[in-house]
Amino acid sequence: MVSLENIRDVVNDPRFTYRQRVANLANLAENLLDAPPVRKQCADALEKRIICDMFEGNAPYRPRYLLPDYKKVLDNGSTFLELPAAKNFDDALAFLLIMYSATPSITGYPVYFGDLDSLLLPYVDAVSEEDLYAKLKRFWISLDRMFPDAFAHTNLSPTYNRVSKMILKLERELLQVVPNISLKVDPLLTSDEYILDAVNTVFACGKPHFINDAMMQTDLGPEYAAVSCYNSLKIGGGSHTLVRINLKATADECDGGVDKFFETTLPYYLDLTAELMESRILYLVEESNFYSSSWLVQEGLLDLDKFSAMFGLFGLAECVNTLMERQGIAGTYGHSIAADDLGYRITSFIANWVSQRKMPYCNGNAERAFLHSQSGIDLDLGVTAGTRIPIGTEPPLIDHLRTVSRHHHLFASGISDVLSFDETAVKNPQAVVDVIRGAFKSGMRDFTFNLDSNDFIRITGYLVRKSDLAKMPSARHASTYLGAGSVKDSHVDQRIVKRVMSAESSPSSSS
Amino acid sequence: MPKALPAQVASVIKFSWVDGPGNRFVLFLQGCNLNCLACHNPQTIPLHTPGAISMSIDEVLNQIRQSMPYISGVTVSGGEATVQLEFVAQLFRELKSCEEFAELTTFIDSNGNATQEIWDQLAPCTDGVMLDLKALDDEKHRELTGNSNKQILESIKYLDSINKLYEVRLLLVPGHNDSDNELIDTAFWLRSINPKMRIKINAFKTHGVRALARNWPEASDADLARYKTIMN
Repeated sequence: MVSLENIRDVVNDPRFTYRQRVANLANLAENLLDAPPVRKQCADALEKRIICDMFEGNAPYRPRYLLPDYKKVLDNGSTFLELPAAKNFDDALAFLLIMYSATPSITGYPVYFGDLDSLLLPYVDAVSEEDLYAKLKRFWISLDRMFPDAFAHTNLSPTYNRVSKMILKLERELLQVVPNISLKVDPLLTSDEYILDAVNTVFACGKPHFINDAMMQTDLGPEYAAVSCYNSLKIGGGSHTLVRINLKATADECDGGVDKFFETTLPYYLDLTAELMESRILYLVEESNFYSSSWLVQEGLLDLDKFSAMFGLFGLAECVNTLMERQGIAGTYGHSIAADDLGYRITSFIANWVSQRKMPYCNGNAERAFLHSQSGIDLDLGVTAGTRIPIGTEPPLIDHLRTVSRHHHLFASGISDVLSFDETAVKNPQAVVDVIRGAFKSGMRDFTFNLDSNDFIRITGYLVRKSDLAKMPSARHASTYLGAGSVKDSHVDQRIVKRVMSAESSPSSSS
Repeated sequence: MPKALPAQVASVIKFSWVDGPGNRFVLFLQGCNLNCLACHNPQTIPLHTPGAISMSIDEVLNQIRQSMPYISGVTVSGGEATVQLEFVAQLFRELKSCEEFAELTTFIDSNGNATQEIWDQLAPCTDGVMLDLKALDDEKHRELTGNSNKQILESIKYLDSINKLYEVRLLLVPGHNDSDNELIDTAFWLRSINPKMRIKINAFKTHGVRALARNWPEASDADLARYKTIMN
């Protein structure tokens, strides 16, 4: 329960900027209300955090993630914003900043900035290289300063062009945590030169993510984007809410072995997860009046029929290890074929279950929720994100890829793994290109890696700068507060670094 | 064609980022025809040793399949790869003739101590050779490797002439083969063969070497910076 003391603490908290205090106060006010109604067993499971509403708040009054159709608004202008269609590059940049300032999400900031290279490309023909650099740089700095939240995300289209090239160059120069970036990789359209440029950008600043464009298009259609952290959704739509099931806790609740888990415990908690999700969707759509009143909907920039909701899971690794132990079988997730097979049996079971369960106002996915491998929050202690291998126990790269890749096709609205590479990668970026292309051929949806030695740590899917963590307890970026907790409690800075070395420096006979 | 005899293999690496362009599958063969004091893999010098594994062509191909589709190609190293010439030639011919391996490149990491006849057998199925040069001066080369470098210098010229030399690697040991004069002479000689020749510097590390070289100094960052300045 929220108390007056909680409110007073936020009002007076010297760590927070004015805006951060206002955002926290809004959360507290929302949580003075009763949560949307659910049965007692559902409320109990939520209380015990076996299922989790991501602390979205008791009265959802905007979708968790929304992806306005920026192309449409640039082309048509907006009555609400009193802006005509953009006619040139300056118009487009100003228009977009205005749009972002009027676009909500669960974080209070937009989680999607548009596919900025393809959005801006129609306006740059008359712009010199010098002007493109200067104007885009000002715009890029504005993104980080005006929307200080590392969940704000842009996408780059599969084709290398003047704008995407300049964006990568600016990224290497500015070293900002905002925006988060995903590069859509097509096996044919996306050249090695482009991927190399992006790989070298990751070496500098931990961005972009690489996403499997063909797989995404199959699942979501041609108009999709990755937003926030690894959440792939339809442009013009989004996700009402994200509710997740803690598979570790589910296994702990099960008082039997694998059979009982599949027959009884898992379906029981899946049903409660769906109930919580349904109740939140109904409140958002039928009570909060968001979709009936938002100008974004009225001007056709969002369409309720392109929305769905995200059914998340996490803690697969611990769930598998618990069940293996209970069955008396040796082997842990990421290190044993039997354990990996059990993991896949669990995700396949859940995927099938979710695809059978009707969900209201989810026409964006044929009245079903999207399955999502949830990449964790700062409060997850001893529970591994999504379907990942626990930090500190990651196997060699090829085994790591093989373990996790098989799950990726099941998770249309996103799944992720973070690979940590050492300096050998910097000397041979083509090797990273090979691994990315191979990963997508092998069915990976998202490929994210980090260089061990730069200033950036990828927490779940968003970035913080080590230099910003050193300045805590205060931070300009709202997301840095969350990152600090994850570094302290979940040791995301201790991922096993892949050393892909030759026998030249570590020779060994097989003896 | 009858299958080549099984190879004597020191080890297999499924992903390597330091044995040629891109991500590569690397096969380290037993047996070397030099005897370098600074050798990092001295246990691979004898052709037969209790630690070696015997592998057929099919076994190696199966291992390569496990690394696909993540790799650019296959590198055979050693030991000295050309000591087991028949096996390497047959492995590479198989890779070049099977459709499933069509996109893979084939590289050899060699000490260069091989005749033109050997290179002629390998050339049709080999995309590139990475070749080590321990010293340009023959006297110094004998000191460091127990052998003359005559054949090695010929290999560099010949492989370059048939467009199969990917890069020359210099293993530089402070105080032994890294003086300014030696480096200038080496760079000049290599660039006179091909002004665009790729030259890679490997800094000496004592890890893995035998007793005699264990007390040699490792190359420092300052050494590396000096090597770079001279070689470029």
